[in-house]
Amino acid sequence: MTNGPQAEERLEQLREEAWKKGVVPGKGVDVAGGPIPRKPGYYGQPVVKPPVWTWEIPLYFFFGGMAGMSGVIASGAIIFHQVDLARVAMWLAAVGGAVLSPILLILDLGRPHLFLNMLRVFKHRSAMSMGAWILSAFGACAVPGLIALELHIHQVLPGTFDQLLRLVAGLLIFGSAIFGTLLATYTGVLIGATAIPAWFLHRTLLPIHFGTAGLGSAAAVLELLGHRILALNFLGFYAAGVETALLIWLSVDKHGIADRAIHEHGSGWLIRIGEVLNGPLALILRFFSFVPFAAISFLLGALVSRIGWIAVGKVSGADPESVFAAERY
Amino acid sequence: MIGEGLQSTNQRKHSYVQDHVEVGFFTDPSVCIGCKACEVACKEWNQVPDDGFTWSGNSYDNTGHLGASTWRHVMFLEQDRQKGNQVTGPMGLLRSQSDMSAVASAEAEDPFRWVFLSDVCKHCEEAGCLEACPTGSIVRTEVGSVLVQNDVCNGCGYCVVSCPFGVIDRRPEPLHDAGGAFKCTFCYDRQKSGLVPACAKVCPTESIVFGRLDDLRARGAKRVEELQQSGYKDAQLYDPTKTSVRGIHAFFLILGEPEAYGLPPKPQIPTIYLKSAWASAFATAIASIIATLVGFAFFS
Repeated sequence: MTNGPQAEERLEQLREEAWKKGVVPGKGVDVAGGPIPRKPGYYGQPVVKPPVWTWEIPLYFFFGGMAGMSGVIASGAIIFHQVDLARVAMWLAAVGGAVLSPILLILDLGRPHLFLNMLRVFKHRSAMSMGAWILSAFGACAVPGLIALELHIHQVLPGTFDQLLRLVAGLLIFGSAIFGTLLATYTGVLIGATAIPAWFLHRTLLPIHFGTAGLGSAAAVLELLGHRILALNFLGFYAAGVETALLIWLSVDKHGIADRAIHEHGSGWLIRIGEVLNGPLALILRFFSFVPFAAISFLLGALVSRIGWIAVGKVSGADPESVFAAERY
Repeated sequence: MIGEGLQSTNQRKHSYVQDHVEVGFFTDPSVCIGCKACEVACKEWNQVPDDGFTWSGNSYDNTGHLGASTWRHVMFLEQDRQKGNQVTGPMGLLRSQSDMSAVASAEAEDPFRWVFLSDVCKHCEEAGCLEACPTGSIVRTEVGSVLVQNDVCNGCGYCVVSCPFGVIDRRPEPLHDAGGAFKCTFCYDRQKSGLVPACAKVCPTESIVFGRLDDLRARGAKRVEELQQSGYKDAQLYDPTKTSVRGIHAFFLILGEPEAYGLPPKPQIPTIYLKSAWASAFATAIASIIATLVGFAFFS
């Protein structure tokens, strides 16, 4: 025990805090179930269930987006006769989309051995079902597309067969581009069409963010692998520019309590840090020609913001006041 | 109505599954005594695993919320409101019997009420979980209920975020059958044999009534009227027929606002958000392709 005015002052502080907030937290004092202050809803219990997804899903969003948009860059490179770039981009597409993405998705399942059940049905009203089919179709284009391209580059087959192979490779790479754009953007639909308030309130922004972050990531990885060409630099500017616009959109399009998980708590900081890294910071670094730093900044931002959006879902879903407030929109 | 005993639909054999009749639950807190027999019957019949015990400090509710291993949940609300014409406060006790009628019509002093409501899966007319399920594990049965086929579910977790009521959840390790999504089955196995769901069967006051959905809706409307006439001015049905959920097959009578029960006033099925989200996705896809072509065409 300490005597003196300081101890008395401390007690006065506690009294004031108790009066103002209705609750005083302290070490070893568990007030979780205390009746005052009254918690929103039913004893503060969540109204909707927060997502059960763990670290695999944001990583999947990151690699899936990067792989999908690599397919688009590969197609562009093929059209403009940059076979070398196309080859590396197709490797990214195949490894990211047909190896890493399925592994991450299967790891996250509660019952991984039943993953093939995803392909039992085709449901256009389920973004998860559409995603499973998009990922399958992408893998079915990217892997044989890469093999055909490699065989063509190494001139393994004679004359006419090689011409046929070239055609097949081209078609499969275009297929990877089409399904790749969907692979990079559907994830925004996936979390946008749910009952989680901070997600569904931004269902228009999410596919733009995920798709553009995927495109910028693909360009950034290719640049870091040594393909320092103007076309990829342009895509870097484009993606960082769009992400900067999205950062402004997010800070203007606020919905108060309903989407406070985006602007408050740790989840809010993850979103802000991610968006600054792949938006304005990547843009400035690229403007001053620090291309590798811009690429790294963008990739970090794309990863952190994906982690951030899943964190937002967990915070927002557990917040009953957000659910009630979101019903006004 | 109350005390129909063996004549009630809760105790009678039926053939709703064979006849494809839409059935439902009507849960009425005005007669619930908070005994939790429904929770026990549900766990026992469906062999739902024990998911631990914690003191919540929330009245007599140590169950918490519906989830993968809790398919019935009795809520205990402590509100500073008047329940019907009840007389509360010290002045009520002091009055003589002859004054009581005058007191009953007046506002109670220091009002206090304890409300019990047994929560359950709503079995929505338009079910978010069913639409979201990518394996076809979640289906609609002959009686209009929503059923998870446990052996098909691969535990993707998408139904969890698609339920506007936060009912369905993925069962965590190390519980029995972990990894799959679980919720109330409406005792489909019992119903196929002409038996009534376990919770309704054991309810001693028929706070939970099982029966034909159209009969129950009529019964619910009548009960609200009765209660309102006898002083329960804030009695209302909770059945969001005017939202995209288009009504629920397990509906409730509630006293006061739905928010106090953790029920969303205007629940929406998440599929209504698909159109704008996909439009944005397609626009982004096209913009990305154009940006790439422009990049290669003008900056090579």
